[in-house]
Amino acid sequence: MTTFKIIVLAKQVPDTRNVGKDAMKADGTVNRAALPAIFNPEDLNAMEQALRIKDQYPGSTISLLTMGPGRAADIIREGLFRGADDGILLTDRAFAGSDTLATSYALSRAIAQIKNFDLIICGRQAIDGDTAQVGPQVAEKLNIPQVTYVEEVLDINKKGTTVKRRLDNGVEVVKVPVPSVITVTGSAPACRARNARLIMKFKHAKTVTERQDANEDYLSLYNERPYLNIQEWTVNEVEVEHEQLGLSGSPTKVKKIENVVLQAKEAKMIEPSDAEINLLMKELIDSHTIG
Amino acid sequence: MNNIFVYCETEEGVVADVSLELLTKGRSLADKLGCKLEALVIGSKLNGVEKNLFPYGSDVVHVADDPRLSPYTTLPHTSIVVNLFKKEKPQIALMGATPVGRDLGPRVSSALYSGLTADCTSLEIGDHEDKKAGKTYKDLLYQIRPAFGGNIIATIINPECRPQMATVREGVMKKEIRSENYKGEVKKLDVASMVSPEDFVVEIIERHVEKRKVNLNAAPVIVSGGYGMGSRENFKVLYELAEVLGGEVGASRAAVDAGFADHERQVGQTGVTVRPKLYIACGISGQIQHRAGMEDSAQIIAINNDPGAPINSIADYVINGDVLDVIPKMIKYYKANTK
Repeated sequence: MTTFKIIVLAKQVPDTRNVGKDAMKADGTVNRAALPAIFNPEDLNAMEQALRIKDQYPGSTISLLTMGPGRAADIIREGLFRGADDGILLTDRAFAGSDTLATSYALSRAIAQIKNFDLIICGRQAIDGDTAQVGPQVAEKLNIPQVTYVEEVLDINKKGTTVKRRLDNGVEVVKVPVPSVITVTGSAPACRARNARLIMKFKHAKTVTERQDANEDYLSLYNERPYLNIQEWTVNEVEVEHEQLGLSGSPTKVKKIENVVLQAKEAKMIEPSDAEINLLMKELIDSHTIG
Repeated sequence: MNNIFVYCETEEGVVADVSLELLTKGRSLADKLGCKLEALVIGSKLNGVEKNLFPYGSDVVHVADDPRLSPYTTLPHTSIVVNLFKKEKPQIALMGATPVGRDLGPRVSSALYSGLTADCTSLEIGDHEDKKAGKTYKDLLYQIRPAFGGNIIATIINPECRPQMATVREGVMKKEIRSENYKGEVKKLDVASMVSPEDFVVEIIERHVEKRKVNLNAAPVIVSGGYGMGSRENFKVLYELAEVLGGEVGASRAAVDAGFADHERQVGQTGVTVRPKLYIACGISGQIQHRAGMEDSAQIIAINNDPGAPINSIADYVINGDVLDVIPKMIKYYKANTK
């Protein structure tokens, strides 16, 4: 039976979609504490495509790879609850301050370590930056082809992957050799819910750092059940050139951050009465705004 | 050498609006820097394409014309751009933030190890002082873009690496002809020497591209509806008003997500950026994502029944009332006053 080895790239992001009133401080700065950290939405669409391949080809495996701080292990657990087989957290102070290029370099070095994969799937973009750059940059660093804006994996075999792309004004069906990177757009099917059985199985899955803080009673669990060990890789576990990491590996620098504060202008208040709307329309016609 | 390059997209030989907008911006940056503006077109059947590009102030038009280069696929276009940039060493390279530009840009930036900033809303030239390193950089490209869901505006620079690359969405920059008689030079690229057979491993099996039905960018008036419209049915009055005023109907992301309007009508940071003569925001609260796509409209009318709606603070006129009551009155009195 044919099986596939799939790597899903995911990112933990602040939930910028639901920026409520308390998420912005009075001075216009972002109150990060008020924004929950979530599994990047399009990475979940990517996860679903990987799970569908696993459904169709039992025995296929999904490894979830994420780079971030220690708490990003949360999204690996989230992935395990939905059907991923294992997860790797790439975490080190040396990665801090990475722009998309330094991020894709670090991810590509970790992927090089995993080896023998058939497909890398990730979301098209993350909602905190919306850059859509990491997927293609990882592909370039690994010197493999990419397909972006994918809505559905139609077919996969050991020679190639056939996918449907969703473009601005249409669709494309594309066949790309194995291995490749595909980035999945938000119009793809939503990810299935967590599986109760998998939650039971993986609820104690932890990284080595998390285990150090864990209750002593559970420590023997991790020897008996090796699948509960979420791998944690630092710069010592991957072969990297240090100058390509973090700030020094990032060609782009942030020069300035400005908070968006509404500059209220004096609006003319119009009553919804016939008389006032008549006057408004006259005014707009006279100023050649309309008509 | 060290000029500004704009990657121009074509569909069936027609240059995309976003590319012409970038040439316009590139022209003004080139004037400021005292360098040339060079356009790059990659595709097939491109005979005469330069005629559309010179009027926007292109000093050079590079043409890579080969049947294998259309429709767009990542690898051959990347190879041509990378090889040309290695030779020409541009200081700035601009692309549309379209499915093509957002596929190609990061691949090129990774291959050249140069910084890329996506979805810029403004591009300026300025200096930078790195106090820690004791270095001053002259005439960098300030790449200005919203981040964090539009809640902050970041200015990004690439002090060391070249080219300084940026993508910009359609409609964000203005398209303006420099001179109908602007003279430039055509340089035909030797495609065969710039691509390898392995660049053609990705196969396009099927392709359906439709002409865009809605063109919000060209509409002088946009009547836009938000979640407050309540239903797709209620959007009908907006179409009626738009038709009477010779405009188009837009929608907020919340309205599109709720199924009240189609995606192609979405105005905002994740949709289209518009700057019509008149923008009528109906039942739109005015989240920052939406405002980012319409706040440069010449005149804004906000119609809603929430006196505290953020949209009201950028509006020129605020009508506090029920949209379904107000719009028919606007139609009635527009007709009455234009008879």
